[in-house]
Amino acid sequence: MKDEIIIAGFGGQGVLSMGKILAYAALENDMEVTWMPSYGPEQRGGTANVTVIISDEAISSPVLDTYDTAVILNQQSLDKFEPKVKPGGVLIYDPYGIHHKPSRTDITIIPVEAMEATIETGQAKSYNMILLGALLKMRPDVPVDAVVRGLKKALPERHHHLIPVNEAAIRKGMELVEAAGH
Amino acid sequence: MKGNEAIAHAAIRYGADGYFGYPITPQSEVLETLEALMPWETTGMTVLQAESEVASINMVYGGAATGKAVMTSSSSPGVSLMQEGISYLAASELPALIVNVMRGGPGLGTIHPSQSDYFQATKGGGHGDYHLIVLAPSTVQEMADFVGLGFDLAFKYRTPAMIMADGIVGQMMEKVVLPPQRKRRTDAEIAEQCPWAVTGRTGGRPRNVVTSLELDSAVMEKNNERFQRTYREIEKNEVRYETKYTEDADYLIVAFGSIARICLKAIEDARKQGIKVGLIRPITLWPFPYDAIREAARNVKGILCVEINAGQMIEDVRLAVSDAVPVKHFGRMGGIVPNPQEVLDALEKDFINPTKA
Repeated sequence: MKDEIIIAGFGGQGVLSMGKILAYAALENDMEVTWMPSYGPEQRGGTANVTVIISDEAISSPVLDTYDTAVILNQQSLDKFEPKVKPGGVLIYDPYGIHHKPSRTDITIIPVEAMEATIETGQAKSYNMILLGALLKMRPDVPVDAVVRGLKKALPERHHHLIPVNEAAIRKGMELVEAAGH
Repeated sequence: MKGNEAIAHAAIRYGADGYFGYPITPQSEVLETLEALMPWETTGMTVLQAESEVASINMVYGGAATGKAVMTSSSSPGVSLMQEGISYLAASELPALIVNVMRGGPGLGTIHPSQSDYFQATKGGGHGDYHLIVLAPSTVQEMADFVGLGFDLAFKYRTPAMIMADGIVGQMMEKVVLPPQRKRRTDAEIAEQCPWAVTGRTGGRPRNVVTSLELDSAVMEKNNERFQRTYREIEKNEVRYETKYTEDADYLIVAFGSIARICLKAIEDARKQGIKVGLIRPITLWPFPYDAIREAARNVKGILCVEINAGQMIEDVRLAVSDAVPVKHFGRMGGIVPNPQEVLDALEKDFINPTKA
């Protein structure tokens, strides 16, 4: 098993931390993992992205040109990464703020109304976890309980009380994908 | 954890006595992690943010002169500022560890990954006839492992060692097994291991003087001859490299550090298409694995040197194989990292199907 994942959006949307939580979850599940961020000022505005590779075997390149799975949170990232999803791959995106929808027919495209869901729940900070839930539904690379253990590793202890909120957001993301018939 | 964090953890666990540094992207996590771990409360290791890179390297000089295991870390422009001190360390035969997490240059350049300090690290950088032992990690595990290895080699040969990483392996996270915690050496152990060190002790031994200055040229030549003997010993004993798929290879890629992993993926993709490509990854950039490359190149049709620079290590690869095999360079500059497909395209254009381009 090997999943080559790109997560991309605006800096501040939780792109890097979503990747980090996924990476820790894979580690908890005793798998090989690499997490390679775009780093520097783009983390604070502009586009940010992170490549996460999860595999049963040792991972060679942490830098990729095509991906099995893409999680896309803004238009610039959609324009950049839609062509880079491998045929048969999965593209998950939040339609909020997207003007030109993805159009490829050789990949599975999953719109997830994550921004709208956070507006409903009032939990804006768990936005990225809704998308992580959608990812885990489509790509069950790691079980949810490993993600919860990953959250404990990725979050500082003073934020551990937020873990149930995050777990609920992950489940919400899974439900959204399920409701869309996947 | 991140490669930079692994460096910090490994330094504490090695029993290092001191770290002196100044923040610069993409390696600031080394200092940040050390400050967060507060080793001065556990092992007694000193961690200090100096006022500049120049101050850092001179603090390293001072600590090293007393026989302590001391280190600094920086990124390209900061390492340039340290060159005078590094030359002084080499000339004073002092062990120390310097970490360069390279970014795109020249000048202040960018903050993104690069390997454009190869010449600086392996061919001098500072003035005078000296070499650093240069280790190039390609994984977070090697970032951790090379801290101990770098210190061990530095003390074994009384010469500074450098870990030459880049923004990729510094910033990426992967699985790492940290070395066990060692105790810092006691003053008595340091005095025994480093009889040359200035420990402030009087009586019982002649006075130790640590200096790089020698006004008598005849003596300075003798000093240089001694340095060179050390370098020949290092060349004999410490060459390190890794080979993958070289046995049946028609083409060879030579790459160091993080880009070697990107090349490995390109090689695996090429092999799926039936193109037999092998990889040789120099781990020590100085001493350079000339013999290993010559040996691996014996039956290949071409060598592609892939570096995140304009072509620096390629000069050493050409020295290794002379004109026996065509050697080409592929790289990106200024902080842009080539992806596996670009490596494959370069291989195709240069060797496999040159007419197509």
